[in-house]
Amino acid sequence: MSEIRFREMASKSWLNILIFLCGSAIGFLLCSQLFSIFLGEQGDTQPNVLHNDPHARHSDDNGENHLEGQMNFNADSSQHKDENTDIAENLYQKVKILCWIMTGPQNLEKKAKHVKATWGQRCNKVLFMSSVENKDFPAVGLKTKEGRDQLYWKTIKAFEYVHEHYLEDADWFLKADDDTYVILDNLRWLLSKYDPKEPIYFGRRFKPYVKQGYMSGGAGYVLSKEALKRFVDAFKTDKCTHTSSIEDLALGKCMEIINVQAGDSRDTTGKETFHPFVPEHHLIKGYLPRTFWYWNYNYYPPVELQSKGPFADSNWNIQHWTLIQLTGKSGPPLVF
Amino acid sequence: MVSASGTSFFKGMLLGSISWVLITMFGQIHIRHGGQTPDHKHHHLRPPNRNDFLNTSEMTPMELSKGIRVFCIIFGESEDESYWVVLKETWTKHCDKTELYDTKNDNLFNIESNDKWVQMRTTYKHVFEKYGNNYNWFFLALPTTFAVIENLKYLLFTRDASQPFYLGHTVVSGDLQYVTVEGGIVLSRESMKRLNRLLHNSENCAGQSVIWRLSEDKQLAICLKYAGVHAENAEDYEGRDVFNTKPIAQLIEEVLSNNPQQVVASCLSDMAITFNGLTPQKMEVMMYGLYRLRAFGHYFNDTLVFLPPVGSEND
Repeated sequence: MSEIRFREMASKSWLNILIFLCGSAIGFLLCSQLFSIFLGEQGDTQPNVLHNDPHARHSDDNGENHLEGQMNFNADSSQHKDENTDIAENLYQKVKILCWIMTGPQNLEKKAKHVKATWGQRCNKVLFMSSVENKDFPAVGLKTKEGRDQLYWKTIKAFEYVHEHYLEDADWFLKADDDTYVILDNLRWLLSKYDPKEPIYFGRRFKPYVKQGYMSGGAGYVLSKEALKRFVDAFKTDKCTHTSSIEDLALGKCMEIINVQAGDSRDTTGKETFHPFVPEHHLIKGYLPRTFWYWNYNYYPPVELQSKGPFADSNWNIQHWTLIQLTGKSGPPLVF
Repeated sequence: MVSASGTSFFKGMLLGSISWVLITMFGQIHIRHGGQTPDHKHHHLRPPNRNDFLNTSEMTPMELSKGIRVFCIIFGESEDESYWVVLKETWTKHCDKTELYDTKNDNLFNIESNDKWVQMRTTYKHVFEKYGNNYNWFFLALPTTFAVIENLKYLLFTRDASQPFYLGHTVVSGDLQYVTVEGGIVLSRESMKRLNRLLHNSENCAGQSVIWRLSEDKQLAICLKYAGVHAENAEDYEGRDVFNTKPIAQLIEEVLSNNPQQVVASCLSDMAITFNGLTPQKMEVMMYGLYRLRAFGHYFNDTLVFLPPVGSEND
């Protein structure tokens, strides 16, 4: 009798032990799950500006079509302790430049954003001109259509907008594309020698079609205040036509009609400072073939063969480069 | 019976929860400690603080600049032959002396081997025998690398080359911290001396078995370890890498695509020394950007003065 009793009790205790172990396992798992859920809710707050952790591992996943995100190049200005920018700052106050960037709705996030993050900040005022208004970016809506044939119309409307709202805010008015890089400090150095009340404009001067030459659209051009006034006035009084599909040529023709002088933007050694292509094209001898149209368009003789080194450009340069990065994407410029 | 098993179940649950809590707590403590010790093993090297240094040094900046002599070795092969021409014409002119070793068309050593490690060892041996006395730092780079030697000199000029230094962009692989060849490898004279002693005498550095081929930069690290020389990751005073294994645009792209919704503070060092993966055209652009292009009105009061190489035309 007691044997049976004993066996019964033994099996009961085995069962108990089993149940006990099950319970502990479940308790263990339950706790870990609860904790991870609790932690998961707290993980969503992220800081606004991310300081790069030098030990972080970067993933190699690069499937994006264009560059998202934005870089603040000035966040660590402590690195520039040894830099003296007094002269540059002085010029910033003396030579006021308003920059307007020709862009479109599809390029705001792809290209214009990077202009805004980099050299655009060096303008005294920067505006982004698009066909459609975008309050968040912000971009001005010119109420035109998009397309290469609309460029001149956009240019006219953009200058009219600037004339109406910002005429007194600057002395010089620069037009640039969203894939151009401008070194404003050097532009100010060039313009400091001229009076904004003179009717004059600067850029990369081309010689065909217009007697005094015209400025390449891709390299960007800058108008004096008087030139801007005359340009806007010319359309009110029908001195210049509205219809053209070639923006830079049409503008150049108009400038000649209204007696705005095409200026010489070369540096003191005669080298060009406005460039319609990426640096490689201008720096490397023989990169552009001799039969390329470019060589026949330049108003001034290229200094390539006379310069001492393989570089055709001067030290003090306003670089207007059409900058297209690596695999055809446009992104933050190489040089800042 | 049900209640008995019920209580034991709940007792079990309680025990399980308590044990989980205890284990996680211990785990956190362990991880925190564990997180620190690898850092101690992970060596860093940073440039001197400018003010500290100038106050204590007796030599003038010019003397200091002259006291540091860097020997550059370009080591590797490439399909694009124009690399060698461009390298000669651009940044290697800023080295005190350069030797270009094209491992594909070997007319320097006539080594009968395609094994990169054999080639590298022989190169180091040859360089040390011929130039070991005249130069105090030895910098090895691939043909696709662009280096700013002035920034390298700034990193090194307070360091004693008779100490064993082995610097660059380091990677940890298991137990081994080694300098990747893509970022460029810097060895002090003392490291070269020790390396050469080992290469001459022992079979320790002869290379691992044929089956388990390690890359030449790992082999170098293993060899140097025998000589008591450890790799250090070179950084600026903010902790950013100064030896980069990728081109600038790619580095920027990676950082931005990892943080699409944020504004990222600058991740590239102002005193970066190397970038890798450049085309010959991009090297020309870099030379222009570094040595020719200036923003009017910005002046730099640099600690050291390096004059352009004698007879140079583009810098």
